[in-house]
Amino acid sequence: MDFMVFQYPMITVQACLDGILLGILFALIAYGMALQWGVMNIINIAQGDLVILGGYIAYFMYLYGIHPAWGVIVAPVIMYFLGVLIYKLVINKVVDRDLFISILATFGISILFMQLMNFAFGADVVLANSDYGTTMLFNNNVVLPNSKLFSAFISILFAICLVIYMKKSKLGRAIRATAQNARAAKILGVDTEKVYAATFGINAALCGVAGALISITFTIHPYMGLPYTIRSFMIVIVAGLGNLPGVAMSGMGLGVFEEFADYILGTEFRIGSVFLLLVLILVYRRFKLSRKREYLK
Amino acid sequence: MRLNKIILSFVSALVILFSTSVASFAKVVGDKIILGAAISLTGKYSSNGVHTQNGYNMAVDRINSMGGVKVGGKTYKFDIIYYDDESNPKRAAQLAERLISQDGVEFMLGPYSSGLTKAIAPVTEKYGVPMVEANGASRSLFTKGYKYLFAVLAPANLYLDVAIDLAVEKNNGKPVTVAMAFEQDAFSQDVRLGVLDAIKRTGSKKVIDDKLPKELNDMAATLVKVKQMKPDVLVVSGHTKGALTAIRQIAEMKVDVPMLAMTHCDAAKLSKQHGKNSQYALCASQWHKTLTYKDNFFKDGMTYAADFEKEFGYDPPYQSAESSAALLVFKDAFERANSFDQKKVRDALAATNMQTFYGNIKFAPGGQNVDKPMVLFQVMCDASGKCENKVVAPTKWASAKLIHPVPKWSER
Repeated sequence: MDFMVFQYPMITVQACLDGILLGILFALIAYGMALQWGVMNIINIAQGDLVILGGYIAYFMYLYGIHPAWGVIVAPVIMYFLGVLIYKLVINKVVDRDLFISILATFGISILFMQLMNFAFGADVVLANSDYGTTMLFNNNVVLPNSKLFSAFISILFAICLVIYMKKSKLGRAIRATAQNARAAKILGVDTEKVYAATFGINAALCGVAGALISITFTIHPYMGLPYTIRSFMIVIVAGLGNLPGVAMSGMGLGVFEEFADYILGTEFRIGSVFLLLVLILVYRRFKLSRKREYLK
Repeated sequence: MRLNKIILSFVSALVILFSTSVASFAKVVGDKIILGAAISLTGKYSSNGVHTQNGYNMAVDRINSMGGVKVGGKTYKFDIIYYDDESNPKRAAQLAERLISQDGVEFMLGPYSSGLTKAIAPVTEKYGVPMVEANGASRSLFTKGYKYLFAVLAPANLYLDVAIDLAVEKNNGKPVTVAMAFEQDAFSQDVRLGVLDAIKRTGSKKVIDDKLPKELNDMAATLVKVKQMKPDVLVVSGHTKGALTAIRQIAEMKVDVPMLAMTHCDAAKLSKQHGKNSQYALCASQWHKTLTYKDNFFKDGMTYAADFEKEFGYDPPYQSAESSAALLVFKDAFERANSFDQKKVRDALAATNMQTFYGNIKFAPGGQNVDKPMVLFQVMCDASGKCENKVVAPTKWASAKLIHPVPKWSER
C-alpha cells in the first residue's frame, strides 16, 4: 500500500485527470457495447479485439507515412463494413437465441481475431506516434500528453454525433424502436434484420475509433483486447443499457478508480482491481435484486 | 468377445505403428545428427521465436557447408526437427516428450523464453537428453541442479546490475537512489534480484519498486512517482512492451532522470519506433555486433550481421546470434566427445571452453554461461535524427563514451 497519491495534492490532480481522460475513451467503447446489448441482446466478448483491430488500422497508416490521427476517420469506415460482415456471417444466426449462445459465439470470434491478428501483424507490441507534444499545468507539476487530450476530445465528438444521429435520423429511430420492442417494430414495418446489421456495424465502427486512439495514446498488441472487453462490460453493468450520460459517468469513474488503484495498490493490481470491482458490483446488484423480489412477494 | 477382438487388433495395430515410427527416426540417421527443438512460431512469442529459428538455421547451414561435424572419423551433418509450441509452456513440454519418446531425438535445442525453457527442462532431464539452450536466462533455471541443461547466455540477474555500478561510478563512487519498475514474470523478476544485489553491494537506496502487469500499456502512475522522487537511476524491465511504453510516456510526460536503463531494447527496435525520444536510453544486451569475439565459422560479429542480413533481410537481434552460438557449442562438444553417447556428450558440454563470435562460452555447474559479460549500449542520435545503439560498457568494448547525466527535456 502506498498513499503517496494523497500526500501530494498535485499527484491527486494528476491521477484524477489521467483517469478522466482514460475513462472517456473507455466510455466510447462501452457505449458501443451498450448499444448492441440493448438492441440485440448480445454481449460481445470480441469487443476488445475489434478495438485492437482498429488500432492496427491506424498503425498501418502510420507505417505508410499517413498521420495516425486520420485513423479515427478511416478505421471506423473499414470497421463498419467488417462489423456488418461479422453480423451476416455469424451474429444473425445467434441473435434470437439465448445470451449464453451469443457469448459463446462472440468468444469464438474473439479467439479467431486474436490469432488472425497475431498471424497477420506479428506478436510485436506496436504504437503509432502522433508527435502531439505535452501540455503542462500548475507550474509544470501536472503533465497531460496532448495525445490523451486528443483522444478524449475525439471520443466526446463521436459520442455527440452518435446521439444526434440516433435522435434525428430514420435509422436511428428504427434502432431505438427495435431496442424497445423488436416485435412491435417489425409489425410496424421496421426491417429489424437491417437494423441489427447496422447496429453491429456502428458498434464495430466505435471500436475502430477507440482502437485508433489507443494506438496513438498507448500501445497495441494482438492479445491486449480482453481488458477492454472487461472494462466496457463493467461500465455497461454499472450504467445500465441505453443510458449515455450514465455510461460516460461510469466510464470516467472507472478511469479514476483504476488510476487510484494503480497508485495505491501498485500497477500490478490495476487490471485485477477492475475485476474485483466487477465482482463486487455484480454481487451488490444481485443483493439489491433479491431484496426487491422479497418485497414483491 | 467380438468387441474384445476388435480392441485387441486396434491396440496391436497402434503398437506396430509406434514401433515402426520410432525405428524410422533416431538421433543419428545415416550422416545426419538430428536435433529437436520446440519453438514459438505462433502465439505471443512468435517474433522472437522466428529470430531463434533463423539463428539455428543459419548455423546449421554454415556448419554443414563448412565440413560438418567429425565424429569417429566420419563426417556428419546437422538437421533439426522443429515443432511449434504456440508460445504455450504446456504444449512445449508435450512436444519435448514427443520429440524424445516418439521421434527418438537424443539431443535438444532450447525454445524461446525462460518460461518455456522451464517447462521443457524437467522433460529433457528425465530422459537424460542434453539440451543447449540460447533463450532462457532466468536464474531459477540454473539453481535446480539440472545436469543436462546448458545455456550459452548470461543469466538474467546480470542484465542490469552493471547499470547500477555505472551510476555509482559516475556519482564518484557514492551510493545512488534507484527507481525500479519490473514486470511480474520469471525473467524480469530475476533481473530485479540482480539489481537489488547491486543496490545492496553499493549501499544505494531503492526509492520506488513497482511491479508491472502482463497487460502493461500505461505506466503513468510509476512515472509520476519518479518525477516526485527524483531518483538517480530508473530501471525498467517488462519485455518489449515495457520498453516501448516507458520511452513513449517518459517523453510525453517529460520525466527527467539522469540514467534510464532497460532490457529488451534491441528487440523493441526502440530507436526505429521512437526516433530521438529514445535517445540516451541504456539497454542491456547479450550481444552486439561490434564486439570483437571471433570464431572460424562466422568470423566475427560484423560478418555475422552482414551474412544474416543477406539471408533473412534484417539486422540480427541478439536472440538470433545466441541461437547460432548454441549450434557451435554442440558441434564442439560432439567432436570432443567423439561419440554420440548422451553421457559422453553431456560431459563434453560441461567441459566446454571456447570462443564464438557471440562471446566466450564456459558453463558453471548449474549450466549457465559464466564467461560472457552483458554489454550495455546507449541509444545515440546524430543531428539528422538517425539513431544507433553504441556500446558504452564494459569499457573494454565501448565504442562510445557514456553520456551522463541524460540532458533535461527542457534542454533538448
